[in-house]
Amino acid sequence: MHNRTTTSEVDKEKAKAAATKPASFGEDINLEDYVSSAEELPYESDLSQLPPQTKEQMTQVGVVLDGSRQRSGTIIQMDHSVIHSLAQQEGIEVMSTNQALAKHDWLSDYWWQAVAVDADKYTAHVELHQGDGYFIRALPGSKTIYPVQACLYLAKNKLAQNVHNIIIAEENSELHIITGCATSVREEPGLHLGVSEFYVKKGAKIIFTMIHSWTPNIAVRPRSGIIVEEDGLFLSNYVIMKPVKSLQMYPVARCVGKNATVRFNSILVTPPGSTMDVGSKVFLNAEGARTEIISRVITTGGNIIARGYIEGSAPEVKGHLECRGLILQGEGLIHAIPELRGNLAGIDLSHEAAVGKIAEEEVEYLMARGLTRTEATATIIRGFLRVDIEGLPPQLNVELQRAVEASEQDLM
Amino acid sequence: MLDIKELTVEVEDREILHDINLTIRTGETHVLFGPNGSGKTTLIMTIMGFPKYKVTKGSILFQGKDITGLTLDERARLGIGMSFQRPPVVRGVKTRDMVTACLKGQDGEAVTQMAEKADLADFLERDINYGFSGGELKRSELMQLMAQKPELALLDEPESGVDLVNIVLIGQLINELLEKDCPISMRKCMGLIITHTGHILDYVNARTGYVLCEGRIGCEGDPHEILATIKEKGYGECIRCIIGRRLLR
Ligand SMILES: Nc1ncnc2c1ncn2[C@@H]1O[C@H](COP(=O)(O)OP(=O)(O)OP(=O)(O)O)[C@@H](O)[C@H]1O
Ligand SMILES: [Mg+2]
Repeated sequence: MHNRTTTSEVDKEKAKAAATKPASFGEDINLEDYVSSAEELPYESDLSQLPPQTKEQMTQVGVVLDGSRQRSGTIIQMDHSVIHSLAQQEGIEVMSTNQALAKHDWLSDYWWQAVAVDADKYTAHVELHQGDGYFIRALPGSKTIYPVQACLYLAKNKLAQNVHNIIIAEENSELHIITGCATSVREEPGLHLGVSEFYVKKGAKIIFTMIHSWTPNIAVRPRSGIIVEEDGLFLSNYVIMKPVKSLQMYPVARCVGKNATVRFNSILVTPPGSTMDVGSKVFLNAEGARTEIISRVITTGGNIIARGYIEGSAPEVKGHLECRGLILQGEGLIHAIPELRGNLAGIDLSHEAAVGKIAEEEVEYLMARGLTRTEATATIIRGFLRVDIEGLPPQLNVELQRAVEASEQDLM
Repeated sequence: MLDIKELTVEVEDREILHDINLTIRTGETHVLFGPNGSGKTTLIMTIMGFPKYKVTKGSILFQGKDITGLTLDERARLGIGMSFQRPPVVRGVKTRDMVTACLKGQDGEAVTQMAEKADLADFLERDINYGFSGGELKRSELMQLMAQKPELALLDEPESGVDLVNIVLIGQLINELLEKDCPISMRKCMGLIITHTGHILDYVNARTGYVLCEGRIGCEGDPHEILATIKEKGYGECIRCIIGRRLLR
């Protein structure tokens, strides 16, 4: 077992060395423009006491605040303080990462193992200016009845919010998580740096749904890594339909055990003034590993780079990448960059990408059934954004659909 | 009543239909024959109001109202509907959504009933037209049309590519759509059917047929007789007939 204090010295050194290392993608953000510390905020055991505006913003990203009957646990971080955390099911742990580090001395075995501390200046910043984050774990064989919900909320102007999350699904467990990220910062700049490390053990399953709702001055740099063992499943759904200044993320999943499966579904809607550079990367390193990366992107005037990368380096692996993009107004840009790399016979990798406007023929087909042009267009967009996600529990599907529909009016 | 007067239509700056005159009275079903590329689909698309088909002369009257200037969806809401020869795939839009739209928002039981009639119950949650076989496309088109309940149904080759078993089902659907079993005086629906094979004649009450050649209506008469002539002599006769008439004028 590692010792956190000694490993942390190594991590710190690496982080210091990477403190100014630019990321491979995305606009380079000057970290000096932001403050890295935030006041300690008080714990709030009764979430209904939060200000109405905050509650509304949290609800918009899927957080249930009314006693959380539909949730197996809740954790809320505001700026750098975890203001609420509660596990409501036997076998499910939900707490702040700082608490978890104190409770589990083995946690250092998982610290910076799925994401490299020196990946870029953002990961380094998270290590060097430790805020907090969430720790969610399903004990062996435990299955969440309802999803666990996590909310990361940025409240302080000019703050670089640091978050480091660790998520572990022990052997044969099942963990559903809904994460909502939101902010109250409007006029001033803000920066969200979120490191998330996922560990899917043998036969386990993580279904992770993340909804982002930022504002036009916020820059966002999530850094996620996922390690999936034998027969494990990692299923990610990501939705962003609100403006953001600059978002860049490229989560990396590694299938290290036989028949490990990873699915990434992303739905992006990019308004004018927003730039989103979002991709998913999967390494199929073990026999029979599988992946499917699906993205649906719409620009109403913003810039989108939709990346995807699948690498197969074990026998009988299979991967498919699908990106479809719609340009709804004149000025928007969609750049789809699907990449496949195989270094072995007997692997099966494919991709499919299409970018364009709504086909007039399709609009007219619906109009011939009596829908107005506006109704027909809305129906087609709704259909475009409706990804049938294999393996997603119906209740989650309903919630995801609700989140998508809530933002749909903005598109018409 | 549908009343088409001296209709001339251009597609992409090319005149496709010339001086078409055609009248369908309430309760009647007419049949349109003609070789490939003669303009049959163009005529139906023009009546429906697709913007690509530009009326350069003449008019279309429906139930006494001049609809030549109305948009596609306005005409659909007035009670004109069509089944497509080649309907497009719309990814993400479910067959159920289409039937619901045709039923003006009614969902649930009504949709299921329609689907069962067309033997498409398993297709409701599928993307419309995606991976449908030729016969399934035709049934799906008719299902939507039945949900829409138009007063004028324009059917573009509803039976082409359909096998002999499915043709019976297609026949029944059209039969119901066009109220064949209802006395003509009580029927509300009019039909205009494009067919190459004529198989559909066994399932509808059609007394009037036309041959469209090179964008003009040639003979008009009993559809069974026209079909027999075409089978015997091909379309060459019709073309000669049209040219003859043009010369006479
Ligand atoms: N969108 C279009 N652009 C260019 N030409 C067109 C277009 N639509 C129709 N045409 C042309 O108009 C003519 C008539 O076509 P139409 O589809 O009406 O024929 P049709 O009688 O329905 O033939 P078929 O029996 O093969 O279905 C053809 O020469 C066709 O190429
Ligand atoms: Mg045709």
